[in-house]
Amino acid sequence: MRTRPTHTALATALALTIAATGCTTPGPAGVDDDTVTVGMLHSLSGTMAISEVTVRDAVQLAIDEINADGGVLGRQIEPVIEDGASDEATFAERAQKLLTSDNAATVFGTWTSASRKAVLPVFERNNGLLWYPVQYEGLEASDNIVYTGATTNQQIIPALDHLREQGHTSLYLVGSDYVFPRTANQIITAYAQAHDMDIVAEEYTPMGHTEYSTITNDIARHEPDAVFNTLNGDSNVSFFQQLRSAGVQADHTPVLSVSVAEEEIDGIGADNITGHLTAWNYYQSTETEPNSRFVQAFTDTYGPDRVTSDPMQSAYNSVHLWKAAVEEADSFDVDDVRAALDGITIDAPEGTISIDGPTQHLVKTSRVGQVNDDGLIDQIWSSPEPITPDPYLESYDWATDLHS
Amino acid sequence: MTHTHPTLTRWRGPITFITLLAAALLLLPLLLEPFRLNLLAQYLCYSIVALGIALAWGRGGMLTLGHGVYFGLGAYAMAMHLTLERAAHDPLNTTGLPQFMQVTGATELPLLWQPFTSATFAITTAVLAPAALATLLGWSVFRQRVKGAYFAILNQALAAAFVLLLIGQQHLTGGTNGLTDFPTFAGHDLYTPTAQTTLYTLTVLTLATLYLAFRHLTRSRYGKLLTAIRDAEDRVRYLGHDPTWPKTLAYALSATAAGIAGALFVPIMGIISPTLIGVIPSIMMVLAVAIGGRYSLAGAATGALLINAAQTTFAETFSGTWTYLQGALFVIVIALAPQGLAGLTTTLKNHLTPTPPETTTHPQPHKAHT
Repeated sequence: MRTRPTHTALATALALTIAATGCTTPGPAGVDDDTVTVGMLHSLSGTMAISEVTVRDAVQLAIDEINADGGVLGRQIEPVIEDGASDEATFAERAQKLLTSDNAATVFGTWTSASRKAVLPVFERNNGLLWYPVQYEGLEASDNIVYTGATTNQQIIPALDHLREQGHTSLYLVGSDYVFPRTANQIITAYAQAHDMDIVAEEYTPMGHTEYSTITNDIARHEPDAVFNTLNGDSNVSFFQQLRSAGVQADHTPVLSVSVAEEEIDGIGADNITGHLTAWNYYQSTETEPNSRFVQAFTDTYGPDRVTSDPMQSAYNSVHLWKAAVEEADSFDVDDVRAALDGITIDAPEGTISIDGPTQHLVKTSRVGQVNDDGLIDQIWSSPEPITPDPYLESYDWATDLHS
Repeated sequence: MTHTHPTLTRWRGPITFITLLAAALLLLPLLLEPFRLNLLAQYLCYSIVALGIALAWGRGGMLTLGHGVYFGLGAYAMAMHLTLERAAHDPLNTTGLPQFMQVTGATELPLLWQPFTSATFAITTAVLAPAALATLLGWSVFRQRVKGAYFAILNQALAAAFVLLLIGQQHLTGGTNGLTDFPTFAGHDLYTPTAQTTLYTLTVLTLATLYLAFRHLTRSRYGKLLTAIRDAEDRVRYLGHDPTWPKTLAYALSATAAGIAGALFVPIMGIISPTLIGVIPSIMMVLAVAIGGRYSLAGAATGALLINAAQTTFAETFSGTWTYLQGALFVIVIALAPQGLAGLTTTLKNHLTPTPPETTTHPQPHKAHT
């Protein structure tokens, strides 16, 4: 007859687990006389880490600058860094922790639409304030999020305007299979129908896909005027290499990408993408005085090899915008800060930007750029003036089906 | 060797387990802050999945690397109902359609979604859909004597295909974003402390019920047949038993447990998306069972609790490097305790015994009773 120490072992394991779960001390108060706690919520592990770590670095830089300059309302910013682990449930869970255990006054974070959608109810439920730094598919405006990247009428639609002005009327759509490309392509299709443009094909590949010869050969065969590329991440590396092998030339069939920035060009290899186009609101080469300071400070801190990109710049701006709003409100309280958001204006690396109160998006300039031999992007076109955000595309007649 | 009254011995395990559960039910809601209680409830959902995997894999020898699919079916069924409830009660939503559908230009509720307005239908589907799919799959492959690595690969392919389907059918499933933002169930706010405690209690009770049911099953004649099939399927065939249905039953029950866990997970966690149910989460579910000990139901359930708690603790303490620690934990446990934590004593005993053990791969703890 064997005794069953197994259950004792299990009971011990169970007890330890419960102790580990329960014995974390409640976090500090969000704001005291000397410090204010903010959250930084990005994927530091998993597939999105390569992109999101750069954004975290930019947020950290802004926090360090502000702290060196005396902080916000006399308080030093103390960031609590959490890892969303490229997983929506983890994002939601960590957001809950930042808001309820750490009492973060505000949170800078998330990158993918999926992670933003995952944390949105958490922020609404706990009345938190999230600063979202990436261009996205629009059709959203939460009181608990400030969107500091572009919405579609500040990136995709101006890019289409530009292509149309250049006489490109047939488009080939290629994208990764997730929400942003699918929604973006719906908008592009509606735009094309309204402007007598032709959509040659609409192709999706799974995230992380690397075999593009079928698509690149198809592009070579159809010879569209331009390719609209919403591929994300590493897929761009394979796509551009194989596109070049298929003999597609940038001067004949330019590819306009909306998710390829300075950071990604490094991985793709500048010679594979030279001459192709991108649409953003900011480039490392953007000529403003705040941008020379930003690029200088960033390379001083993180090394001369590092580049700056649109999402990084938006994340960096987020911290400065939050500081300005807090000072305007003279309070860290989310309701007070929200009430002060409308019209907050700063001179950012991308130029003057201001917050549009009703949508909590930014008024910002749209820019089309061309990749040069050095792997940086030269601006070749910009909107004549900053564009007012219209996340639901309500001011476009052709988009009525998209916001029914 | 000690001699204890047989009945007492037989019930010592469940009594320990039930005592712990009772303590978990009564004490923890008082001790833990709501956020931590919510985390614990999430972990317990994975413990329910682990019970099912321990039944199929530990007892039935069916290594299933695709349980995320069954978890997902349960979760999506529940999430669809909660999404519709949200849409129906949102004053800003004039169409009554889920928010993600308005984005894709839908004007009426797709046929697939219509029955999910009923909570009863959603819950029934959460339980029966995984059972039905697993029965179909199990019956068709076990009949063909597909087992071992082939069965594992088949399951994994199922998980991969299911994720692709969910992403591709964005207008029906919400795509990569999944379904999220469900504030109420049957009109009750899901995020009050009372509601959270209720969900937690429900999860603990479900876990306890399934544990007792599966334990009873593994000790029945059916359980013995299942173990026999695991250890020597061909011999069982020679003895005149067709292993197809016993295996299919265990696999289907295992899938049902995952479906129930998924349905509980959704109101607790507030989100379900393809990344939570794909290949990697499916492997994590099996890994939890391996760590806890696949031959022990209680071990498997504890394993899931342990690795999820470890993950949170590591991630909170070392935000940049926690994945390495988690990996190290897996390697250490599997290397030192190949039968998991529950089999640790057996493993240790075998190491200390000078004679080479013959029965290490498949412990037979109930031999003493026969």
